[in-house]
This record gives sequence, structure tokens and C-alpha cells, in this order.
Amino acid sequence: MKPSKNNKLFQSSLVKEALKQSFIKLSPTKMFRNPVMFTVWIGTLVMAGVCVWIATGETHQGSLAYNIIITAVLFITLLFANFAEGLAEARGKAQTDNLRKTREETPAKWIQTVGEMYVNEIKIVPSSQLKKGNIFLCETGDTIPSDGEIIEGLATIDESAITGESAPVIREAGGDKSSVTGGTKVLSDKIKVKVTTEAGESFLDKMIALVEGASRQKTPNEIALTILLAGFTLVFIIVTVTLKPFGDYAQTPITIAAFISLFVCLIPTTIGGLLSAIGIAGMDRALRANVITKSGKAVETAGDIDVLLLDKTGTITIGNRKATNFYPANGIDEKQFIKSTVLSSMADETPEGKSIIELAGINPLTYQIQNPRFIKFTAETRSSGIDFEYTKIRKGASDSIRNLVEKAGNSFPAETAERVTIISSNGGTPLVVAENEKVLGVIELQDIIKPGIHERFERLRKMGIKTVMVTGDNPLTAKYIAEKAGVDDFIAEAKPEDKMNYIRKEQSSGRLVAMMGDGTNDAPALAQADVGVAMNSGTQAAKEAGNMVDLDNDPTKLIEVVEIGKQLLMTRGTLTTFSIANDVAKYFAIVPALFISSIPALQGLNIMKLHSPESAILSAVIFNAIIIPLLIPLALKGVVYKPIGASALLRRNVLIYGLGGVIVPFIGIKIIDILVSTFF
Amino acid sequence: MNTEITGIILMYAAVVAMAIPLGKYIGKVFSNEKTWLDKIFNPADKVFFKLSGINPLKEMNWKQHLVALLTINLIWFLLCMFVLMNMSWLPLNPDSNASMSADLAFNTSISFISNTNLQHYSGETGMSYLGQLVVMLFQFISAGCGIAIAAVVFFAMKETTAGKLGNFYFLFVRSCTRILFPIALVVSILLLFNGVPMTFDGKDPITNLQGDTVQISRGPVAAFVAIKQIGTNGGGFFGPNSAHPLENPSYFTNIIETISLFLIPIAMVFALGYVLKRRKLAWTIFSVMTIGFLLLLIPTVINEMNGNPAIAKMGIAQPMGSMEGKEVRFGSAASAYWAINTTVTSNGSVNAMHDSLTPLSGMNALLGMMVNCFYGGVGVGFLNFYIFIILAVFISGLMVGRTPEFLGKKIEAREMKIAMIIALLHPLLILAGTAIASYLYAHSPVAYAGWLNNPGYHGFSEMLYEFTSSSANNGSGFEGLGDNTPFWNIACGIVMLLARFLPIIGPVSIAGILANKKYIPESAGTLKTDTATFGLMVFAVIAIVAALSFFPALVLGPIAEYFSIY
Repeated sequence: MKPSKNNKLFQSSLVKEALKQSFIKLSPTKMFRNPVMFTVWIGTLVMAGVCVWIATGETHQGSLAYNIIITAVLFITLLFANFAEGLAEARGKAQTDNLRKTREETPAKWIQTVGEMYVNEIKIVPSSQLKKGNIFLCETGDTIPSDGEIIEGLATIDESAITGESAPVIREAGGDKSSVTGGTKVLSDKIKVKVTTEAGESFLDKMIALVEGASRQKTPNEIALTILLAGFTLVFIIVTVTLKPFGDYAQTPITIAAFISLFVCLIPTTIGGLLSAIGIAGMDRALRANVITKSGKAVETAGDIDVLLLDKTGTITIGNRKATNFYPANGIDEKQFIKSTVLSSMADETPEGKSIIELAGINPLTYQIQNPRFIKFTAETRSSGIDFEYTKIRKGASDSIRNLVEKAGNSFPAETAERVTIISSNGGTPLVVAENEKVLGVIELQDIIKPGIHERFERLRKMGIKTVMVTGDNPLTAKYIAEKAGVDDFIAEAKPEDKMNYIRKEQSSGRLVAMMGDGTNDAPALAQADVGVAMNSGTQAAKEAGNMVDLDNDPTKLIEVVEIGKQLLMTRGTLTTFSIANDVAKYFAIVPALFISSIPALQGLNIMKLHSPESAILSAVIFNAIIIPLLIPLALKGVVYKPIGASALLRRNVLIYGLGGVIVPFIGIKIIDILVSTFF
Repeated sequence: MNTEITGIILMYAAVVAMAIPLGKYIGKVFSNEKTWLDKIFNPADKVFFKLSGINPLKEMNWKQHLVALLTINLIWFLLCMFVLMNMSWLPLNPDSNASMSADLAFNTSISFISNTNLQHYSGETGMSYLGQLVVMLFQFISAGCGIAIAAVVFFAMKETTAGKLGNFYFLFVRSCTRILFPIALVVSILLLFNGVPMTFDGKDPITNLQGDTVQISRGPVAAFVAIKQIGTNGGGFFGPNSAHPLENPSYFTNIIETISLFLIPIAMVFALGYVLKRRKLAWTIFSVMTIGFLLLLIPTVINEMNGNPAIAKMGIAQPMGSMEGKEVRFGSAASAYWAINTTVTSNGSVNAMHDSLTPLSGMNALLGMMVNCFYGGVGVGFLNFYIFIILAVFISGLMVGRTPEFLGKKIEAREMKIAMIIALLHPLLILAGTAIASYLYAHSPVAYAGWLNNPGYHGFSEMLYEFTSSSANNGSGFEGLGDNTPFWNIACGIVMLLARFLPIIGPVSIAGILANKKYIPESAGTLKTDTATFGLMVFAVIAIVAALSFFPALVLGPIAEYFSIY
């Protein structure tokens, strides 16, 4: 799936599919799921009956043409509502089809086993025949046939089919980067992969089923809202039914068409018709952000998140630490110091090591050295370095170098010790370099805070979300970076269980916590968090534990997910308000129309000065129908979320959708009436 | 400024000035904090609890509270039925009044236990003094029940309740002895010294100026009127209620009675602020209620003071405003003020005949009861308001992109279901009741001719008013309706019963369920419920629910009448 998503709402292919669906969805078993629209469905049937009744001679129900038009408008209202849902589904499906293309049949090099033993025999089978636990081989140029975990080897992989990111990534056996996704391509090397999911059961398949409605379930908020809407529908059933005896008392005959029109206009058809489309669009938006959700509920919960746990590396800071300064010790020539640091980092493949050479700006190969022997970093020595001829250069954490130096009887220079403290308290990491057990100086490594991250945290704070940075750094460094980046809290020297404990603590005081993780040791915390986003590159365990998977492996994605969740709820809330506010104008259109013939004094209530009772009722019903397609773009794109604080946001939305909902139909109905009045 | 208008402004100012300290006092009574009345009443309370074998310190959960409330109400209902149907031979009947028919006794008993006090009888001839004393007792009991159950909801709204919702009997007894009784005592003494009778003697024969001998009904009126006003009961001692010269002899007693009518409903809002330690929330609720009240009051006062256009057309000047059905000693403004006070608070006592209000004033009186929570009845007014808060919280919570929560508790499907049923109940009872009456009348106008004095729109308003008044547990009437018939007695009885207890059960269960949920601390993303914006939202929900449900009915009644005479 490419990030260049087609955002055009009404693509002709999608519209065609949605149109087809609008008719298919007319089946009563499907309509029954939506109580509001189901009552419209019944109303349409009744009106169709009335039309037949008039055609066979009934004369008190108005003209046949008028009744047929009302029936048609009601029918179109139903189609519009179904069309909205159909379009949302079609858009979702178009997205998932893109993803599905990646899972087309590809030949798989299946490594057969006899018991626990691999047989060195490779059998080419279609990918669909791979079973969970099977092992297959992928070589340069192969498309990976199924999701799995690398059990042997290392390879560069082009994941652009999934993430849209063209830079190849490295995946290797063991560790947290062992997961591969079906449909991606091996660019170099050779890996053995174990199948982790049965065909048709991967996250992607689950997501496809979710969007296509097969396994879509109403989310808790959706259920509560449906209850509210059903309640309003019941109120208006009461209002309409009791109007019949009221009319009898006032000796005012009311036609069935008028009753049904009043009823359909009053019940919240606008939100009722768009409700499921809004839900699907929410998941679709998540998908467009390259996040696969395992349930609609997860998206909704994301909007409620109070606490966000973010890993420092990659989220708050760019990748890894970088060398920023060389501080030679007193009496040491800077050039000499830099030369030693470069030599010691020659074989250092870590990003830190590379950054030292980068900062020095010297190609280490220009130094002619004989028989170099590289000393790898180990947890015991906590230093690395190089030995050549009679020179031994070591670089490492200050206490390990101090040990080394003092053991040899040399002193650790005071100014170096001071510099080490300064660097630490500024959030940097000091690396001390020693040559032949004599301290040469300190290299300062600094975390580079991502540009713009401060603003994002500010935005989160305005949403009411507390951000927590998780880092393995010492508390001093962690505090510095936390302050600089603008996070609210941090967990320093974090062990996997610290995350878990922090989440539990926040949850026990009633907060909802979201986190992102990739490693197997993140899995328990991902499962414990209310929203756990696993990176697609992460281990299978992490992906199983979370309730979302981020295909882009982008740690800042959580922020987007939260906004998508909020948008989802807001879109429902504002359209509900709009829908109910519309009733004021509809009342002023229809109620005078009902009684005006027998109580002419009520002309005073006809404040829109609608042409005739028939035109008034017809205009209201037409307005009620066309407002649904007009609001489809809003329902699918979602109401814009602005982090301006809850009260200000409420004020804004009440003003736009509440007040707007009162005023717009007055204008709309009047305009339609002007057009309709030429006929009725 | 016009003295009549100054009068009502002063009455309102006095009420608010007294309600704020009273609210604090009520809060202390609920929370069992020390008050200066403890010395007098603690021994009395102890005797009550000892005799009844109740442990007042035993904590109850919300279900136990409801069971306690419903059980004692059932027992009182049976007791009341017995007295009303047998009072002709029971003591304290100097005027030898007859017992009530079964349907009237059913209606009256429900009417009094439900704090409605709809009276399909006239006290002078329909009740013995024993009957009057029993129903007076119920004016205490029903008001006490309402206050006590509101206290339970207050407790449930606290941040950390840990299941501590108090003991119903404890709250109930204290509501009666610490709140209602002391205030009623003061009010009745004031009334007593200003000419309201208080006696167990029978009718008093006097000779009038024409030389005829007239039998004047009297009785323990002062005590009765005090609690009638204080407890938002409204059941009058005499048929014409507080328009009767012996229930409300002067403008001064009218001030006392108007203030008493409004005092506890407003004080309850401030009591909420005290119990929850959320004064700002209390002021927000108070403001919403006040705006609603003023929107009903101001047009009513203006309409009544402007007089009746039908009379103006005859060329008759109306310097005192529309005086039909009003007492000269009160005037049109004070009568209009009372009319709105009594309908918004579910009191139902009257000092003028609502049947004679101008059309839009009649509509405002109806709207006051249809909304039924602009202050509302003692205790239950807040419960009704609570339902609207829940609905407003839900819609506005969604609008700010968060699962809705109220005071740190999430509102979910179960609470919405209950809130929606309760919100539906009021329109259902009113509209369905009126629809049945309209249907019967429309299809056999001859058989039911006795019902309506006024056909047409006004007759429709009379029927609508009767059901609205029953469903709002108000009790006032658009008199002119011949309502002492089995249909009206039974139909209104059922409506009052459902409309009293379901709207208590609903909010108490919502509050109880919410109290058991996990408390979510506030953050910047939390929608604050003590702001003007949220207040406006609640107001909009109330206005829209009332307007949307009742608009067609109001169009056929008062609005049609308005357009046909203006």
C-alpha cells in the first residue's frame, strides 16, 4: 500500500459498488440492525400500500402523484443511508484490496521436515498451502509467501509493498527484528522463515473482514448512541401516534402521508443513516495511516487515552546518540586525541561508533597501522577498542575506564571527571578514551531530539494526555531529555517490568494507557495497555499482544491513532446534535401544514411562509433525504479535531453543528419549497 | 418601578438569599455534621429509631434504598386508602363529611404519597379533619422521601463513595425532623398570626351584611398550608387552595407562602454543592434552572399584566391586567409569579385559577411542568435534572471526542438505557393520557359532555393540563375539567404513580451504578460539567426534549388559542 492514497471520496468505481450495495442492503435482515432506518423502511412500505389504496379508489389521502412522490423520497432516503454505508465499505475494501494484492499466490520454497529434522529438499508449493509451523526458504529476489519469523539468517528486505517506504530494512533471526510480512521482497541474502499464522488468519485478514462488515460489531459508544437514537425514535412514535386522536378532537383529518412524513422527518435519520459509515470510516482512516486495528473498539478507546508511554529512542530522539564534541584531557594534543578516538572506533559498527568517525571527519584507513586487533564491547569490560603494535586504545563508560586506569597506577584527571559530570547532567553520554591506561579525553554523545516533537507533546497536553518517556538512560540524562522534549514524566533505567508496573499503576487510578512496542519482552505490557500498538517489524508475540499493528514501524504513530479515535467520537456526536437540531425547523414546516386547513389561525406559525401544506411537507421530507448524501464527506473524513481544551471544543462544535443544525434546515427547506411550489 | 414587579423581584431575591444558607444547612444535615438543632431533635430521632428497631448507621446500597422507599410508600398508601374510605365514622369529623368513593380515594391516596396532591375533591366537604390530618402527614412524608432519596444520589455522585450511600431511614427521618418540620413550624406560626385559622372546631356560622347566616368552613389550616408550600406538595385545605381567603388572607401571607414554595427546591441545589464540595457545579445547575425559570416567568408576567385582548376588544380598560380568576388582594403580577413558581417546582398550589390565564401563560405553566426540573419538586426536581445532565454529558462527551463521563464516571450503554426510558416516560404518560381522553371525547362527545366546560382549544388544554400536572406530580389543575369521574380518577392515579416512582428509581439506579464504577481523574481532555458551556448544553437538551415532544400538543391547545384571540 502506497502512502499516496487516493483521497477522492466519490471515485466512480467505488460509487458503482456503493450503489449496488444500497439496494442489497434494503433486505429487512440488514435494515433491522439499524433501528432508526428500519422504521423508515416500514414507513416506506406503508406509503407504498397507501399508494395502492389510492389507486384503487380511496379519495381522502391526497392525490396519487403526491403520495407516490412522498413514497419515492422515503425510498431514496433509505438508499442514501445505505449508500453512505456502502461507500464507506467500498473505500475500506479498496484499501484492503491493495493490501490483499500483496498476499496473492506466490510460490513458496517449502523446506520439508522429518520429525525435528530438516530435509535438505526444497519443494515449491503455492503459498496458500503453507501451514502454521512450516518452514520455507527465501533467497534474493524472492517474494516472501507468508507472515513468519526468521529462524535462520539475515536479509535486507524491501517492505515498500506494505509500508510505502522504499529504503530496505534488515531483518535477522533472533532479537526483536525477526518478523517478516507476506508480500515483501528479499533484496539480498537468504533466510529461513517459520510460518506464524495460518492462511486467512493474519491481522490483515482480520482487518479486511472488519472493514467489509463480516465481523463488524458495534462498539460500546456506538451501542449507547444507538440507544439514545432509538429513544428519540420512540419519542417521535409517541408524538406521531398521539397526534391522530388530537387531530380527531380538533376535527382535523390528517393524511397517512403527513403522519409518516412528520415521523420520518423527526426521527434522527441523518445520524441514523450515517452511523455505521462513520464507524467504518474510522477504521479506514486508521488503515490509511497504515495502522491495522484488530477491532473497532480499539480505535474508539484510543480517543480516550490519558497516558501515552513512548520509547525515547526513535520516538523522542532520532534513532541513536551522536557524537557532538571531543574534550581532550589537559596536556593532550587535540589531534592526537581525535586520532585515537577514530582508531578505537574503526571497527565499531554501532551507530555511536560511526558517528564518532563522522564527527572527526577523518577516514580511519588513512592511518597506516600494522596488525590491528579489534576489541569488541562486552558487558563485563563495558569498553571496546583496538590493539596494534604497542598501543592499546580503549573507549568506554567513565567508571570502567577509571577502573582500568587506576588499576595501572595512573590517576584519573580531575578535569575529565568534571567534564563527565557536566555531560551527564546535560543529557549526554560521556565516553572516556584511554591510550595505554592513560586518559586522553572525553567524547560527548548527545541525543538529538526530533524536530517538532515538542509541539506534538504540547498538542497532546492540550488534549489532556500525559506523555511518559521510557528509556534505559540514567535518571539524570532521562530528566534532561524529558525536560527538553517536553514530556510530562519519564521512566529511567527502564526494565521491561517497569513499563508493566507503570501501566498497572496508572490503570488502577482509572486512567487509560497506550503504548507502543516491538520486542517480545514488551508483549505483557502491550497486552496490559488499553491500546497496545505493535510494530510490524516486531516479534510475533508483540503483534499478538497488542490490539493494533503499525505497518510503518513509526513510533509517533500513537499520536495519530489517538486523534483518529477522537475524530470518530466527535463525528458521531456532532452529527447527532445536527440531526436533532434539524427537528426545530422541520416542526415549523410540518406542524402548521398539518392543521392549517382546519385552523387557519395557525398560519402565524408558518414562519418560513411555505407555499402550501403539500409543498411544506414535501420540502421537509426532501431536505431530510438529501442532507444524508451532503454529509457523507463529513462522515467519512471525520470532523476536524482541534486540541483547544474540552470546553472550547464543545463551544465550537455546538456553535457549528448545534446552531448550524437549527438554522441550515430553515434555509434548505425554504429553498426546496420555492422549487417544489411550482408543482404543489 | 411598578410596585407589583418590585414585589416579585423582592420575593425572588429573598428566596435566593435564604436558600444559600439553608442549602448549606441541608448539606450538613445529610452529612450528619453538627447543627444547632441537634440538641432538640437528637433525642426525638433516637426514640423513633428505638421504637422501630432501625439501626440508622447501617449503610445501604442503592437497591436497598429503593426497596426501603417503595416499601414504606406502599404501607402508607394502604393506610391512606383506609382512612379516606372510612372517615365518615372515624373521629374528628365535626361537619359529618362523607367517606370517599374507592376511585376517588385511590386517586387521592396516590396523589398524596406521590407528592402530587392533585385534588379531585374539595376539602371543605370532601374531608374530615382526621382525613385532613392524615393527608397533611403525607405532605411531610412524601416531601421527606423526595429529599432523602436526592441525598442518596448526592452521596453516589461523590468521587470516592466506596459503597457509602447512607441509610434511607436515617436520611428520611432527618429530612422530616431537621428540614421540613422546623421550617413548617415557623411558616405556620407566621400564617397563624396573619389570620389563617387553626382549630378543630366545625363550621363557624356568621351573619353577613345581608342578614343571612353563612356556614364558614375552617379547621387546622395554618399547619396544613405551611407544609403544603414547604414540601412542594400543593394540596390545599380548601377547594380553591391559596386563592381562598382563609388559606391566604393577605398580600403579606402571599409573600410568606410564595417564599416557602420556592425555598427548599432552590436550597437543594446548594445542598448538592455542599455535599459534593463542588460549589461551582451547584451554581451552574442553579443558573441553568434560573434561566429556564425566567424564560417562563417573564413572558407570563408581561402577558398577565397586559390584560386579555378579548376584553380589550370590548373597549374595557384593564389597568390591573388580566384579572379573570385572580384575587384582587394579590394582583396580576404576583399571581403570574405564583403560577410559574408552582408549576416549575411541581408544587401545584394556586393563588389564582390557571384556567383563566391568557393562552401563552397557560402554555408556560404547562411547559414548567413538562420540563419539571427548573428547580423542580423537593429532591425529585434534582433527580429529573440529573437525567438531563446524563443525556447532555453523553452528547457533549462525544462532541469533544471522549467517552462521555460525569464527575469522573463513564456513561455507558446501561446508564443511557435507563436515562432514555425515564426521559421517554414523561412525554409518554402525558401524550398517551391526553390522546386517550381526546379519543373518547372526540368519538362520543355526548357521553363525555360533562368533562369539558370549554370545548375547542381550551378544552384540549384542560385535558392536556390535567395529565401534565399528574405526570409532573404537580397537582394544580386547569379547573373547568369535570375530573371527579372514574376515568380521570383512575387514569390520573396511574399516571401519578408511574411518574412518581419510576423517575426516582431511574436516577437512583444510574447514580448507584456510576458510584460503583472506577473514578477517572480529570485531565485537560475531560469535559468539565461546571462551566457555562456545559450549562448551555444541558439547557439545550432540556429545551429540545420538551419542545420536540410536546410541540404538536401545545400547538393544538394554547398556541391555537393564542393565534385565534390575538
